[in-house]
Amino acid sequence: MYQYNDFDEAFVRARVAQFRGQVERRIDGSLTEDEFKPLRLMNGLYLQLHAYMLRVAVPYGTLNSAQMRQLAYIADRWDKGYGHFTTRQNIQYNWPKLQDVPDMLDALADVGMHAIQTSGNTIRNVTADHFAGAASDEIEDPRPIAELLRQWSTDHPEFQFLPRKFKIAVTGAEQDRAVTRAHDIGLRMVRNAAGEPGFEVIVGGGLGRTPMVGKILRDFLPKADLLPYVEAIVSVYNLLGRRDNKYKARIKITVHENGLEKIQHLVEDRFTAIRAGFSGHDQALLAQIETAFAPPAFVTKSTDGYEAARLANPAFRSWTDTNLAEHKAEGYAIVSISIKKHGSTPGDATSDQMRVMADLAETYGHNELRISHEQNVILPHVHKSDLPAAYQALRAADLAAANIGLASDIIACPGMDYCALATARSIPIAQEIATRFDELKIEHDIGQLKIKISGCINACGHHHVGHIGILGLDRAGVENYQITLGGDGTETTTIGERAGPGFSADEIVPAIERLVTGYMDLRADENETFLQAYRRLGMEPFKAILYPAEDKANAA
Amino acid sequence: MARSFTPKVVTANALLEGDAVWLTEDNRWTRDIREAELITDEAHGDLRLLEAMAQADLIAGAYLADARSGPDGPEPTHFREAFRTRGPSNYFHGKQAE
Repeated sequence: MYQYNDFDEAFVRARVAQFRGQVERRIDGSLTEDEFKPLRLMNGLYLQLHAYMLRVAVPYGTLNSAQMRQLAYIADRWDKGYGHFTTRQNIQYNWPKLQDVPDMLDALADVGMHAIQTSGNTIRNVTADHFAGAASDEIEDPRPIAELLRQWSTDHPEFQFLPRKFKIAVTGAEQDRAVTRAHDIGLRMVRNAAGEPGFEVIVGGGLGRTPMVGKILRDFLPKADLLPYVEAIVSVYNLLGRRDNKYKARIKITVHENGLEKIQHLVEDRFTAIRAGFSGHDQALLAQIETAFAPPAFVTKSTDGYEAARLANPAFRSWTDTNLAEHKAEGYAIVSISIKKHGSTPGDATSDQMRVMADLAETYGHNELRISHEQNVILPHVHKSDLPAAYQALRAADLAAANIGLASDIIACPGMDYCALATARSIPIAQEIATRFDELKIEHDIGQLKIKISGCINACGHHHVGHIGILGLDRAGVENYQITLGGDGTETTTIGERAGPGFSADEIVPAIERLVTGYMDLRADENETFLQAYRRLGMEPFKAILYPAEDKANAA
Repeated sequence: MARSFTPKVVTANALLEGDAVWLTEDNRWTRDIREAELITDEAHGDLRLLEAMAQADLIAGAYLADARSGPDGPEPTHFREAFRTRGPSNYFHGKQAE
C-alpha cells in the first residue's frame, strides 16, 4: 500500500493546522458562517439535520489495519462509536462537535488519511474496483493510477473551483465493479491490438436528477498518457461547463449539450497542448507508486481444512457460497464482509466491528481491507485454509451475514435520518425490506438482486442502477417512494425505468415483496435473475404486479 | 391576493454541537421547540430571522420553519422538522436520547 512520504505528511499537517485556525476564528465570531462554509466543506465537514458530519476519504477504498483501527478510535473518542461507509468508499462520522474536528483530522493524519476534497466543486475521492489487486479478471491493479490521480488532483490549483463536483472511478478488470459508466470520468483498463494495457476513457456519466450513462471519449488511451489526458478533460470542462445553473453544471450536461464530438476535439487539442509539459515526472512517480502496490507474498498451502469445514458446517458453506469471490492467486479467496446484517443500517460498522476487521486483515489478510461502493468491507487476500477461523471471528462480531449480492445487501444513502438534502428517509426502508426477506427465508431462492435506495433525487444510493431502485420523495408533506426497474451498474450500465406512481412508507415494503415474489413466478427457471427476467419480459408484467387494482380497472 | 402566512418558528443549528435549536421570544436558543416563539405575522418573522442570523457566534443556517400551536407550545408541521426535534430513526441518538 502507498505510504505518505514527507511531502504528503507535511501537506496534510499544514491543512489541519490551517483548518484549526479557521475553526477557532469561526467559534470566536471573526468568521461568519458564509465565510466559513466553503472552508469547512474543503475539509469534508458538513452541517446536517442533527449535527455536523465529517466525511473522510478512503482513497480508492483501500485501508490497512492500522488505519481501520484509527477509524474505530476516532468513532469512540469523538463520535458515537460507529461510522458509516458510503457509496463513494468514504466513511462518515455523524456526530462530531465543531471544536473537535481539527483533532479528528490530526488523528487521521497520524495514519496517512484526510478529509480533503470530500466535498466542494473539486475532484473528489478517486474510487476503484474494491477487488483491485486481487480479482482474477484483472489486467492490472488500478490503484497505482488512482493514487497518481489522487496526488495530482489534491489541491490542483486549476481545479479547486470547478463548475461542480467531479468524480473519477477506475477499474483494471473486465467486470465493472466500480460503476465507471456513472462517473464524470470512468477509466476501464483494456488492452490494444498489440496487447499493451491502456484505458478506455468514459466521460459524462452520472446519476442524480439527470441520470446519464457515460460515453466513450477514447477507445484506447496508452497508460503513459493518462494524466495529461485526464487533465485535458477536466480543463475543457472547467471552461465549458455551465456555472449559471447548478443543475446543469456537471460534465454530463456539458457533454450532452455540446455533443461528444465537440468535446473530443477540444480535449484532443488541449491534450496536444499540455502533453509536452508532462516531461516524464508523472511516469517516474507512477513507477514509484507501483512498487508500493506490489502484490503481497502469497503462500501455497493445503485447502483441505477449508473443504472439510464446508462439508461439516452448513452455515459456513452458505457464507462461502455468497461472500467469496475468485482470487487471482491459487488457494486464495476475496472475502466480502457484509455490514448489512438483516435489520441493521446499511454501511454502518461499530468501532468494535472495525477493530475485529482490522485484526482479521492483520492475521489472515496481508494487512489489507477495502471498502466497496456497495457499503461492505472486503478482505481482499485470504487463504482458503484460514477461512474457517476468519468466519468464526466474524460470527462472534456479528459480521457473518451470508447475503452478499442478495435482496438484503441493499445500498441506502443516509436519507432524512441524517442528510440535510434528503426528501425522505432511506435507512428504515432498507431495514424493513431486509428484515422482511429474512422472515420469508427466500433471499437465497431469489438469487442475485440489487436493491438500491436514495432519499432524494441526488441519488447517492444509486437507485437508478439498482435492479430495483427506490427513490424517496416528499409528496405534499408525506414521504413517498418511487420504484424504478431494470437498472444496472456494471459494464452493461442501464438507467432503470420508473414503474409508475409512488408508494407511501407503509406500502413500499409490501410492494417490493409483491414484486420479488411475483418475479419468482415469472422467471424462466431459477437461474434467471431478476434483471434477466426484466430484460426478457419488459416492464408490463412487473407493473401489473405492482399495481394490481389498476390492472383490473384497465381490464374492466 | 398574497398567500396567507402560516405560523413559523425560527430554527437553526447550534454552532458547536450542530444540533437543532429554536429561537425563543426572549432571544434564547432552546433545544425544545415547545419553548420557541410562534410567529404569526410575516413582517415580524422576517425581522426575527434577521435578528437570529446576526447571532453568528451561537448558531448557523437560521431559517423560518412552518409550525403550529400545540397544547404544550409550537409543534412542527412537516416530517423533516419533526425529525429535527427527535433525531434519527435507526438509533436512539440525538434529541430523543437527551
